[in-house]
Amino acid sequence: MADSAAPTYTGKTVYHATQNSQPVKVAASGVEVFYGDVQALHGINLDIHDRSVTAFIGPSGCGKSTFLRCINRMNDTIDTARVAGSIRIDGEEINDRGVDPVLLRARVGMVFQKPNPFPKSIYDNVAYGPRIHGLASGKDELDAVVETSLKKAGLWNEVADRLDQPGNSLSGGQQQRLVIARAIAVNPEVILMDEPCSALDPIATARIEELIDELRENYCLIIVTHSMAQAARVSQKTAFFHLGHLVEYGPTEEIFTNPRDRRTQDYITGRFG
Amino acid sequence: MTDAPRPAIADTVRQRLARRHRAEGRFRAFGIGAIALAIAFLAVLLGSIVIQAGGAFTNYVVTLPVTLDREIADPRGDLSEASLRRGSYNQLIQRSLQSEFPAATTRAELRELFGLYSGLNAASIMRRVVADPSLVGTAIDVTMPLNHEIDLYLKGVTVDETLTAGSGVLSPDGVEGDVTLSAATPAFSGAIARIRQQATADRDAILARAGRLEAEADAADSRDTREAALAAARRARDEASRFDQVIDPETEISLGPLTASLLIRVQGGVVAISSLAPDGQRAQGRVLLPLESAAPSQAWSEWVIETPAAGRRITDQQAAYARALENRGMVERRFNTNLFLNADSREPELAGVLGAFIGSVLTMLVTMLLAVPIGVGTAVYLEEFAPKNRLTGLIEVNINNLAAVPSIVFGLLGLAVFINTFGLPRSAPLVGGMVLALMTLPTVIISSRAALRAVPPSIREAALGIGASRTQAVFQHVLPLAMPGILTGSIIGLAQALGETAPLLMIGMVAFVADAPTLGLSGLTQPSTVMPVQVFLWSGASERAFEMRTAAAILVLLTLMIVFNAAAIILRRRFERRW
Repeated sequence: MADSAAPTYTGKTVYHATQNSQPVKVAASGVEVFYGDVQALHGINLDIHDRSVTAFIGPSGCGKSTFLRCINRMNDTIDTARVAGSIRIDGEEINDRGVDPVLLRARVGMVFQKPNPFPKSIYDNVAYGPRIHGLASGKDELDAVVETSLKKAGLWNEVADRLDQPGNSLSGGQQQRLVIARAIAVNPEVILMDEPCSALDPIATARIEELIDELRENYCLIIVTHSMAQAARVSQKTAFFHLGHLVEYGPTEEIFTNPRDRRTQDYITGRFG
Repeated sequence: MTDAPRPAIADTVRQRLARRHRAEGRFRAFGIGAIALAIAFLAVLLGSIVIQAGGAFTNYVVTLPVTLDREIADPRGDLSEASLRRGSYNQLIQRSLQSEFPAATTRAELRELFGLYSGLNAASIMRRVVADPSLVGTAIDVTMPLNHEIDLYLKGVTVDETLTAGSGVLSPDGVEGDVTLSAATPAFSGAIARIRQQATADRDAILARAGRLEAEADAADSRDTREAALAAARRARDEASRFDQVIDPETEISLGPLTASLLIRVQGGVVAISSLAPDGQRAQGRVLLPLESAAPSQAWSEWVIETPAAGRRITDQQAAYARALENRGMVERRFNTNLFLNADSREPELAGVLGAFIGSVLTMLVTMLLAVPIGVGTAVYLEEFAPKNRLTGLIEVNINNLAAVPSIVFGLLGLAVFINTFGLPRSAPLVGGMVLALMTLPTVIISSRAALRAVPPSIREAALGIGASRTQAVFQHVLPLAMPGILTGSIIGLAQALGETAPLLMIGMVAFVADAPTLGLSGLTQPSTVMPVQVFLWSGASERAFEMRTAAAILVLLTLMIVFNAAAIILRRRFERRW
């Protein structure tokens, strides 16, 4: 920290050197997204490692959610959106014509800002993914998948005796964990979380953060957050986005203690955003 | 801080607040007023329909013992169906009635006697005999509705009458034909006084009208108007003058078709009085029902039918027959099953809504099976799958415009395409349903799209995010959530179609259809009509009895609609409860 120069406006992405034992899971290069005529992302190059939590931070409208949605091609569902560049998961290009977005989304689960359980029972919510993908044969196996997923999401003890009740009868924090269980049930490799705690109270937030930390053992997690404290708590790597550009990317500790770009420093010290 | 400006601001706010509250109160009062007004109108509408329809739900039926003579019921004598169908059962009913009233012998009397019922009733005896040929040769009880005019008379709807006991001793001079009733006391003075009073009131009313017309003539500015008014006044004075004879206490009072009828019941018979001596001791008349004897009797009664014969559709003779049957216990007021179990008929007492009801059910079934799946499918495609481009935009605009096309245009389309080009049968529920489906489609599509759009996008994202295909997301998540809205829209569209007559005009469903279509697949191509058309047809009929049946049919239609809407609400509740 002491030996580095004062942060300056570089105009290019600053990559911190990292030592990471984990292999690269998601590799983006030159990703650009247009909504109609408006360019929302400018040439994003980013490597995300497996079995770790990567946080995307930045002010509203900076493109962090847009980039997140590129990873499971959710932008395809928006008529006006156009994506350019390459994103590889385990070296496999996901934007190829040959890649079925349905299969991709089974591999890359997603948790949204607002808890959005299906208006069905708790059981059906979790079982929906395995059912449509044919991951469980028979009722017993499905029951087992539901139980494991709810256990992994830390919700089992609270709902074990009322699996047939509607998913939206749960509290907000429980709903968000239910949604995480639903994503886990299809056994994805990557889990994307788009501000998963922004609609929750601090206790529910703490619960989710704990959960994220546990899930890191098995999954590659990418989380978009507005809370820098949360990014600092749960993530190993942090990427700072600003106005559609990736400004700085590196180990969370370094980003927060020793930002090299002026904009990163202003943001994390609360000067804007 | 200075305190001064604060109260000023508070005052301004308070003043404005008072105005705002007043505005809100006004608005609320308007709303309550509007609702109250609507409820009042609805109550008046429903009340008048129910009151009008009341008479149609019951009718008078007569039960006659009918002997099924072999040679008449079975002309070929082999009891085969063909032979039984050729039997003249009406003749058998006529014989039975004749045996009830043996005195009726002249053509005129028989015509009036046989006018008590409709010859169409013979068909129901034929059906009974064909179903059970062993009845031939036996006597059976036949219950059939009385002619609608007799029915209305017995219900007291069309004719005003009074029955009062007479005083004094009456001695008839015969039991049949023209008779004279005489009494030692002025036995008929009461009747004369009443007739004179009525006649005076009628004359005075007419004279008052004449006076008004003459005053109008004086005030008229054009010659034509004056002439017309004077002519009308002259006619009124002429009309008034014919009462003079009745009112004059010196002359014989003669009763005719323009005056009330005076019938005397004496010795088990009925005499229709045609003239009364002014002293009230002698009356001449014609025997309607023969007297048992010509002996003097103290037990007699005056039966006054106040409505003049010219103003009613049954004769004194028919009234006498009807009351006689009633006294013999052969006439009975019953629930009018014909109204629900028969199709349309020229005779109001036999006409029912069953044909139209089945027609409506079949038509609605076709409409529902076509409009709902196609409409919802269109909405799902346009809302969830179709790219937003010029073509889909054009389609959308056109669908919205179609909802505003006059329904008769759809009828023309049905005539040109379904009947003329495809050669489908006219007047059939199949074609009617297809035409109404075309009319209903825009409503279903527009409301379904609105319902789909109202489903939060987070549900779509959740499904897609977990790896559901677009089709799965739509059919497993979005569509079920939109279902209550879609159902509501579809029901509104179908209810609209249920009440539609104009498009059916073009395809021949506005017609007199005397047979109810079969409630099944084959009924789809049989000629039929629908409930609103039935209401329309009956409302144009001249018979008073059809007026009541129109109201009754409206009630049936409204009930059908209520059942329809209730079913929709229940369905919607059920769908909603799942979440």
